[in-house]
Amino acid sequence: MAETLHMIEVGDAIPEYTTKPISRTTLALFAGASGDHNPIHIDSDFAKKAGMDDVFAQGMLPMAYLGRLLTDWVPQTAIRKFSCRFSAITHLGEKITCSGKITEKWEDGGETFVKLALTAANDAGEVKLAGAAVVALPAKS
Amino acid sequence: MIDKSYIGHSFEPFTVEIEKGRLKFFARATGQNDPIYLDENAAKAAGYSSLPAAPTFLFSVDLEQDNPMQFLDMLGVDIARILHGEQEFEYHQPICAGDTITMQSSIADIYDKKNGAMDFVVQKFKATNQRGEHVADMIRTIVVRN
Repeated sequence: MAETLHMIEVGDAIPEYTTKPISRTTLALFAGASGDHNPIHIDSDFAKKAGMDDVFAQGMLPMAYLGRLLTDWVPQTAIRKFSCRFSAITHLGEKITCSGKITEKWEDGGETFVKLALTAANDAGEVKLAGAAVVALPAKS
Repeated sequence: MIDKSYIGHSFEPFTVEIEKGRLKFFARATGQNDPIYLDENAAKAAGYSSLPAAPTFLFSVDLEQDNPMQFLDMLGVDIARILHGEQEFEYHQPICAGDTITMQSSIADIYDKKNGAMDFVVQKFKATNQRGEHVADMIRTIVVRN
């Protein structure tokens, strides 16, 4: 696997995946698991009072999905930097497709690094999160 | 608009124990199916001291303090008006179940856009473990809809 990883080049995509539709249960469980108890994500009454149509996903939920995209591809210790901008709200019922593409590849101190552009988008292609990551490719064995 | 004199404000550091059950719950709630996030033996076989915290879990470590929204109270911001703008992590060492993580944070920047219609609060965090190792850094940008 390490050999295959080293062959990856700028422009190549990593394996993508799509989540199940986001439900109220998904948000409630993530609120508990993540410790983000902001009621705007779990209490429809509160969300409506705040001017929203309904509850919506915590931004860190699709970011965790992008994290899983990376850890499904390389061991977690290979991830050196991981960032994202939250560009649109993730709504109930949406399925999120996580994808990533290599944008840079370089060597430094005997290690090979790649930079990825990451995207979490709904079925219509609306980008929810635009992210980036720096990954040290595991050493050739 | 938020008082920009809070730029540079440092928060009291706090320490959080990373619990195995909590990490499993986080893995399940985010669809992490890899056994290293759910089964301690699989984690140890992969070289971790116990279950590793998934890449974004550090954000949750900050929320374990007594009043995670103290920064909003201090800045006079209503929680109903905030959105998450940007999030950044830099990793140096794994964080695993059984570790105790000390979080130190400060307000790195406050700025507004669209003639004050939106304020941005940038907070930087440094995480160290029980051995004094600098394990990760994190930057959180919150957007306030005025």
